[in-house]
Amino acid sequence: MELFDLSLIWALIIGFGVIMYVLMDGFDLGLGILYPFAPDEHARDVMMNSVAPVWDGNETWLVLGGAGLLGAFPLVYSVFLPALYIGVFLMLAGLIFRGIAFEFRFKAQRSRRWWNRAFCWGSAVAAFAQGAVVGAYIQGFAVQDFAYVGGPLDWLTPFTVVTGIGLMIGYALLGATWLILKSEGHVQAWAYRITPRLLAAVLAIFVVISLWTPFIDPAVRSRWFDHLQLIWILPALALACAVWLWRAVRRRQEGQPFVATLGLFVFTYLGLVASKWPVIVPPDHTIWDAASAPESQLFLLIGVLFVIPIVLAYTAWTYWVFRGKVRADEGYH
Amino acid sequence: MELDPLLLSRLQFAFVVSFHAIFPVFTIGLASYIALLHGLFYRTENPVWDRLAQFWTQVFAVVFGMGVVSGIVMSFQFGTNWSHFSQAAANFLGPVLSYEVVTAFFLEAAFLGVLLFGRGKVPQGVHLFAAVMVALGTFVSSFWILSANSWMQTPAGTVLADGHFRVTDWGEAIFNPSFPWRFAHMVMASFLTGGFVVAGVSAWYLLIGRDVAANRRALSMCLWLLLVLTPAQAVIGDFHGLNTLEHQPTKVAAMEGNWQTQANVPLLLFAWPDRAAQTNHFEVGIPSLASLILTHEADGVVPGIGEAPPEEQPPVWLVFWAFRVMVGLGFLMIGVALAGLWLRRGGRVYAHRGFLQLLRVMSVTPFIAVLAGWIVTETGRAPWLVYGLMSHAEGLTPSLTGGMALFTLVGYVLVYAVVFWSGLYYLTRVVRQGMLPESEPHPEEVEHAKRPFSAAHAPFDRDAAPTWKE
Repeated sequence: MELFDLSLIWALIIGFGVIMYVLMDGFDLGLGILYPFAPDEHARDVMMNSVAPVWDGNETWLVLGGAGLLGAFPLVYSVFLPALYIGVFLMLAGLIFRGIAFEFRFKAQRSRRWWNRAFCWGSAVAAFAQGAVVGAYIQGFAVQDFAYVGGPLDWLTPFTVVTGIGLMIGYALLGATWLILKSEGHVQAWAYRITPRLLAAVLAIFVVISLWTPFIDPAVRSRWFDHLQLIWILPALALACAVWLWRAVRRRQEGQPFVATLGLFVFTYLGLVASKWPVIVPPDHTIWDAASAPESQLFLLIGVLFVIPIVLAYTAWTYWVFRGKVRADEGYH
Repeated sequence: MELDPLLLSRLQFAFVVSFHAIFPVFTIGLASYIALLHGLFYRTENPVWDRLAQFWTQVFAVVFGMGVVSGIVMSFQFGTNWSHFSQAAANFLGPVLSYEVVTAFFLEAAFLGVLLFGRGKVPQGVHLFAAVMVALGTFVSSFWILSANSWMQTPAGTVLADGHFRVTDWGEAIFNPSFPWRFAHMVMASFLTGGFVVAGVSAWYLLIGRDVAANRRALSMCLWLLLVLTPAQAVIGDFHGLNTLEHQPTKVAAMEGNWQTQANVPLLLFAWPDRAAQTNHFEVGIPSLASLILTHEADGVVPGIGEAPPEEQPPVWLVFWAFRVMVGLGFLMIGVALAGLWLRRGGRVYAHRGFLQLLRVMSVTPFIAVLAGWIVTETGRAPWLVYGLMSHAEGLTPSLTGGMALFTLVGYVLVYAVVFWSGLYYLTRVVRQGMLPESEPHPEEVEHAKRPFSAAHAPFDRDAAPTWKE
């Protein structure tokens, strides 16, 4: 009946929103994970100032993702959230503590170390929970009659623990390369020092997950190994980004490591999408099974197409205003 | 003891939504007040309005930030605890809630930063425009969320087939029968909340003799507003009640404590509703007054709770008493507004310590009244989640166990206790620090961040110096 496949358009929008969220909230969560390892309090000031103007804009993508899923793919919303019930709570609690820490740390003196802890633990828990969600998505969910029928901790398996830790380290790598871009002096030197180690850890986890996934989901195995597929170019590109990152760090090129890490994330993400497409609620339900009624998808699409360009323009403008190096003594006191 | 996931989920939703609601109900009113102050400053160029606007913008920033933080949780509650309901109602609720996000985002993203940090950087007219747009954004946000809630109270424009609601008419669904009155009642409640908080804080400043000239202005302005708004709210509330009588008669019957359909229903001042016996104990009432209010005739026939079978009746005592708390506080507010008018003679209103103390206490009453009102409307429609079509039990997440629900309920209570304590503690610091001295340079000039709280300049710890003095 339709000129357009609305579900396909919505899958692209939601997919775009997810990677936007991962990239943008990823580096500020990563800074929180690196927080306890920072050389001194001065470095912590720089780290927090470097993301302070933009972090809450980053998290709006998460809220948009939640509401957008309910509007466009209610099955995802009503299966993922019950299945990940405990994990979602931990993620939200982490994000709340972290958000409050952003607000109060700079206003606090005596209680500052408590806000430091809230920032670090909140970031770490939120990042782990998000990584575990990715792992749970790869595993699939027990679904009957459009409802989740599994247990409360089905999502927590050795595999999802690995993906959770993997995303924590990945976010830390994003945070470190962002810091190279935004800092100078001994803070930048520290970021340069830790980046290769984080990269090595990310690659190790990447290999473990890539080898493990085909055993978890036979459909993934057949997609990658039955024929020599064009999709192999995606992991190849991800590896190329890793090499680029390593060389850029050795040559002390300030801007490139962050861009290379973004590339690493994008190609890994596309690889994951290629493994599962078009299944959105594994193991059985595709984007078309999960879709809401076409009139609802259309009604929402009109508003979203109008607003997303504005949100993007505003976001780009904010980053432009706050471009350049961050020093500890500026920003907010 | 067996833990009931249904009861725990309802408690959890009631807790997180009540906790969240107290922030927006305040910021909606306050945003309009700030826009009004900016408008007055723009027209008169009197610096008093500017200083008041700056001070209340700091308070607004903190409360708004807490509202945002607690709101993130809300957008996931439907899925985690009410997945059957979200799955069934997604075709309507998904787009409506998403529209709230994208339209509120748009205004927030574009104008909140300008309002909080644009002072001196953009022309004064643009700053005023930003203040108006932020106020408009708060209305847009409440428009959508109240439309969603009203649709659940009085569903329209949708058909239920194969367990899913499909939208047949977006206009009818969004502007469903109870929406206009609910929206008006809630907007007015937000104005009252903003008005009583500003009046209470101004009264406190007058009691301790700080910034007397500015706070006299603020107090006077608030009292005039409240004199108009408090009776207007009573009238709107009455119409909202008549609308409920038409569409949800059982709820009104529970509010009145009226068990049988009958004429000459008394207005009960006190009663102890007993659902098991389907009657009240210890009734004290004014004869025929409820009939008169609801039907505008003393012998008008009013439907009773007994029209619904016992398993479809709400918890009557809670609806009955929450309604009395709300209405009682409403009349108290009207009385205070009238007392303010009376005390204006000879300017006693600024010096009468008893009245100023009363205003301080009154600043918490709108929050209690709003929560009581929501308890009336939400428990009054029990057991229905979508009125007449889907019950709470049918909407619950099937895989949810009592233990899981208890875990997150306790978790949210703990998390929110920390957030609420630190937010409230910080808010008292902002209020204690008071308005910026007139001669100080404006601290915005050293600001870089675009987040709400950085618009406030009070230090968090008690012994630290105010940050704008550094």
